[in-house]
Formats: sequence, C-alpha cells, structure tokens
Amino acid sequence: MQQEISFVEIAVIGGGPAGLCAALEAANAGARVILLDRQDRLGGQLIKQTHRFFGSRSHRASERGINIAAELTGQVISHPLIEALTGATVFGFYEDGVLGVEQEGRVFYLKPSRVIVATGASEKNLAFPNNDLPGIYGAGAVQTLVNVYGILPGKRVLMVGAGNIGVIVSYQLLQAGMEVAAIVEAAPRIGAYWVHAAKVRRAGVPIYTSHTIKRAYGEQEVEEAVIWQLDEQGQPVPGTEKDFAVDTICLSVGLSPLVELLAQAGCRLAYVPQLGGHVPLRDANLQTTVPGVYVAGDAAGVEEASAAMMEGALAGLHAAYSLGYGRAGYEDRRRELQHQLDSLRSGPVGEKIRTGLARVLAG
Amino acid sequence: MRIEQHPVLEFRRGKKIKFTFDGKEYVGYEGETIAAALHAAGIRVMRESPVLHRPRGLFCAIGNCSSCLMTVNGEPNVRICVEKLRPGMVVESQKGKGVVYAAGN
Ligand SMILES: Cc1cc2nc3c(=O)[nH]c(=O)nc-3n(C[C@H](O)[C@H](O)[C@H](O)COP(=O)(O)OP(=O)(O)OC[C@H]3O[C@@H](n4cnc5c(N)ncnc54)[C@H](O)[C@@H]3O)c2cc1C
Ligand code: FES
Repeated sequence: MQQEISFVEIAVIGGGPAGLCAALEAANAGARVILLDRQDRLGGQLIKQTHRFFGSRSHRASERGINIAAELTGQVISHPLIEALTGATVFGFYEDGVLGVEQEGRVFYLKPSRVIVATGASEKNLAFPNNDLPGIYGAGAVQTLVNVYGILPGKRVLMVGAGNIGVIVSYQLLQAGMEVAAIVEAAPRIGAYWVHAAKVRRAGVPIYTSHTIKRAYGEQEVEEAVIWQLDEQGQPVPGTEKDFAVDTICLSVGLSPLVELLAQAGCRLAYVPQLGGHVPLRDANLQTTVPGVYVAGDAAGVEEASAAMMEGALAGLHAAYSLGYGRAGYEDRRRELQHQLDSLRSGPVGEKIRTGLARVLAG
Repeated sequence: MRIEQHPVLEFRRGKKIKFTFDGKEYVGYEGETIAAALHAAGIRVMRESPVLHRPRGLFCAIGNCSSCLMTVNGEPNVRICVEKLRPGMVVESQKGKGVVYAAGN
C-alpha cells in the first residue's frame, strides 16, 4: 500500500507545558512547527491543576496550573508558524525518523527534520492483593475525572502517598465533596509541602506515616482497604492493621517517564531512580543520543511544571537553531534559559534531581 | 456522581447525548469521555480480564495503561478513558481479548 509521508521542520509530541514551550520557542525563532497531542485539549497535566502552584521562587508559584495552560495554549494556537493537532496520537517512531500518527481513525505519516518528545509520565502502581479491582485509580486519574469532567468516582476514598500530589488531590477531593478516610505514607515523614498538608489536617483527615496498604477487599469493586504499619526497616508489622470502609483507593506513589517513542527511535536510555525510571541520555540542549531527537519535561525525568517549561524552551531553541533559525541572540537566550533552570534546581530541594541528571547528561 | 457545586471550578456541560451500555440506555454530555459518562452513572466495571476473568476498571484516565478497554460500536479494545462520547454509541463491557477479525470479513 502506498503511504503518503509529509515532510515537516519540527514535530513536537505532547502538548503539556514542556511541549507548548518547545513549540513556542522554536516558532518564535522562525521555524515551522507541528504540535501533536492525543488529548483534545492542550495543556497536559496542567488542565487539572486547580490549586495554586507549589513552585520554586518566582517561577509562577502560586498561579493555578489551569491558568498557565490556558495562557500557553492561547499563544500556541494563535501563532502563525505552529500547527497544533489535537486528538492525534503518535503511535510509532520508526528507524528512518518517520512518525506514525492516528487522528480520529485516520492514519498518516510525518518525516520531521527535528523531533521533540514531550510525552510526560505515567502513574506508578503498587503491588498488593486485589490492586486491580475497579475503584483503584492513580491519583491523577481521579483528578481528571473530578477537575476536568466534574464527576466523583465514589463517596469515600483512601489515599496512598503523602507527597505533593497525594495531598493536593486529597484536598481537591474534599473540595469536590468526597470524604477522605485517611492518607497513608510509607515514609516516616509527610513529603508534601506543609501548606498543603496543613489544609487536609485542618479538615480532619488523618495522615498515617510509616504505614502502607496491605490489601483491598471487594467482589466486583473496592469495598474495603486494610493498612498496616511499617517498622524502621520498612517491614510491615503484623497486628497493626486498620480497616477502612472505602469505595475508592487512590495511588499516588510516583510517576515514571513515558519513553516508549524514544526507545523506538533508538535513543539510549538509562535507569535513574531519582528521575522516575528509564530516561534518555541527553546533552545540555536536551538532544538525545539520536541526532535531531530531543526530550523535555517529565519524559526526560519526573520533576515539575516550571522545569518542564524551561527544558521545552531549551529544546525548541536548539532544534530551531540547528535548522538555521534564530541565530541572532541565540547564545544570550540559551544562557538565560539555562540560568533559570539551574536556579530552579539549586538548593536542597533540587538535590535529588541534580544527582539524577549527573547520570544522564553527556556532552 | 456529577458535581453540581464546586468552590473553584465551573463545569460547562455540552448537549445531552444518549448512548447504551450493555443494552440499557444512558445519558451523558457532549465533550466528555465514555469513561466520564459511565462513572457519572455509577458504572466502574468496564471489562473482564482475558485469563483470570477479573473485573477491570479505570486506572490512569489518560490513555496510558489500557485498563479500560471496552467494545464500542462493535470495535473491541477501545480506550474509553480518552474516547469521546458520541450520540447513539453502543458501549459494551468486554470479555477477553476482543475479536477484531471475524471469518467472512
Ligand atoms: C496531581 C498533580 C499535581 C501537580 N502539581 C504541580 C504543582 O503544583 N506545581 C508544579 O510545578 N507541578 C505540578 N505537577 C507536575 C506537573 O503537572 C508536571 O511536571 C508537568 O505537567 C509535566 O509537563 P510535561 O509537558 O512534561 O508533561 P504533561 O503535562 O504530562 O504533558 C504530556 C502530554 O503529552 C501527550 N502525549 C503523551 N503521549 C503522546 C503520544 N504518543 N502522542 C501524542 N500525545 C502524547 C499527553 O496527552 C499530554 O498532554 C503536578 C502533577 C500532578 C499529576
Ligand atoms: S484507564 Fe488507562 S488507558 Fe484508559
């Protein structure tokens, strides 16, 4: 069968904060960009972030994620050099650099000169008996149902994980009218920022640190959850079980980068726990080991939205530059973006990310 | 269950749409996913796993995990967490792997 292939300058896969900023930076330099996202709204994870952002210093902290998404999306859609396709899933990245795309049942192929992969991350699961029962969701999934569609998945929820996401989603579920039975956290301390944790504590939600979920019960759907305590070695302590009658369990136990397309493209990956799992090796411009293929955002390592935006901009800037665009002022802009990114990752909060990055940065 | 009042968000729902799930008629809204419409009706079991026949529901809600595969208008393995609801859709819970190719086609 004869297949038509369109040649394009820069393709950006994923329209979250990283992809949106990559597209804007490249197009502002003068390159033609096609942006593809499988959802029919641009903005990625940000479209469900109704809380004021935890953020580092001046970088948009205290703005709501949905507003940042709306602003960037507006700029992208009105940019004459960007074509944004929604409902468009990139299903394959072939050896010869061709992308396979499906949009509403139609399949077409693109051969971009540069590709920026900004596909984000997926939520991790946790191993416990009955963890596959309907009613057990990733915390982000419940956030999508509640904040995007206005639908509650159940009446009473147990949240597993007291990091920022677990605690923020718990608060949002309370706001939306669900009962939060408890939050459990395997670590001895709450990982979330104190402002968010204090809000759920004030609402009367108990947070059990050094606890984990033992098992779920239910025939067709979740009806009950049992938690137990962990000792200093992280081993469960029999006899410390507590039961909760809940119809929903949310898992907020971390994200892992979505790197399938990069793996298909032949990019070298490394397993780096600090960045969430397998991530591509890359240089300071976010270019992977396959020339012309870039990565940015959570796909490059699970971090947060401001870092995703700056990585996207750096990748977009370099992709355009390497095609001969934006030569004037390139060095200044690059240095400025790199400086912002470095300051974001400075200090004790950025320690984990810096350690992880040291293992994947080459050249 | 649908949220009617929310302190931060306002939900602008589209036109009402009729669809069927396992032969029974339901109503959802234009612009929402099949998963959202089913959850609004309290339906959380989407299929039965092929080998151990375990019930399966939604896990990621963004098209990553394939936990939510259902048969839609006769086509199996549709990720209903990202597939939009359309008028008259016939949605069925899926048992097993789904038959894509039937003899005679
Ligand atoms: C509950 C929660 C709360 C958070 N709170 C904050 C906060 O307060 N402050 C903060 O800074 N960060 C926060 N974050 C993190 C932040 O949302 C992410 O770090 C950021 O969205 C990552 O951006 P991204 O562009 O890399 O990925 P995403 O936003 O995940 O976007 C990826 C996009 O790629 C698309 N895509 C994936 N695969 C394909 C494909 N094959 N074809 C086409 N499209 C594809 C997806 O549809 C998606 O739109 C939070 C995250 C969560 C889940
Ligand atoms: S719930 Fe994960 S793909 Fe639909």
